Amino acid sequence: MISRRGFLLLGVATAAEAQLPPNIQQIRKAAFDEAIRKVVGGAEVKEGKVKLDVPPLIDNGNAVPLAVEVESPMSAADHVKAVHIFTERNPQPNVLTAHLGPRAGKARVATRARIADTGTVMAIAQMSDGSFWSHSVRVIVTLSACLEEGLI
Amino acid sequence: MARVVVNVPAEAKRGEVIEIRTLAGHPMETGFRRTQLGELIPRDIIRTLICTYNGVEIFRAELHPAIAANPLISFTTVATESGTLEFRWTGDNGYSASHSATIKVV
Repeated sequence: MISRRGFLLLGVATAAEAQLPPNIQQIRKAAFDEAIRKVVGGAEVKEGKVKLDVPPLIDNGNAVPLAVEVESPMSAADHVKAVHIFTERNPQPNVLTAHLGPRAGKARVATRARIADTGTVMAIAQMSDGSFWSHSVRVIVTLSACLEEGLI
Repeated sequence: MARVVVNVPAEAKRGEVIEIRTLAGHPMETGFRRTQLGELIPRDIIRTLICTYNGVEIFRAELHPAIAANPLISFTTVATESGTLEFRWTGDNGYSASHSATIKVV
């Protein structure tokens, strides 16, 4: 029999680790992997070239500034075709897909996202030569997005 | 009327890389939230943003529910010639908004 105090402490310990129950975490991880597979197909995703700028500690998950910068000459022969942003723990992993071209001059895209829970945020750049490059950042979220139920 | 704000420099040197910032007033309802009575609030988001420079598409973005309310998207382009930049947002429930900005290239 678990005491009331023990139960509350258990709740606190779990909340510190993550705000979601473990089975949902697994489902969302699978959705995250699936969303990436849909973009890259069978191609290898290498680390590097991409810089994802996101604060490591997020007070409010409802509006998180994200910036992605990719090293590329952005010429007609060698440019970034698309930038994809994913989060691991949101109900849907996709955040933004930006299609660029040589006329962008510089491969830099910025936005504000909702992030549901502590986990990985990943940016993948699709190059004109068909290669994929990525950068993942682990972020800690104290106030989750998507949990503002009952406000309306 | 949908309210949008776009920040494009009024004047730029030829070949200069300029930053364009766009903001659209929109709640970006995710479709995952519930009311106090437990009913799911239907999704209502902006799906795409397309930017054209003198009629040529230079940037296109697909937005998902994970984009924050009043979506801010910023990107860059090369100032090639004087002309207009057209921005068009489209979304759920027939949402559509557009804006145009002129740029002088010297």
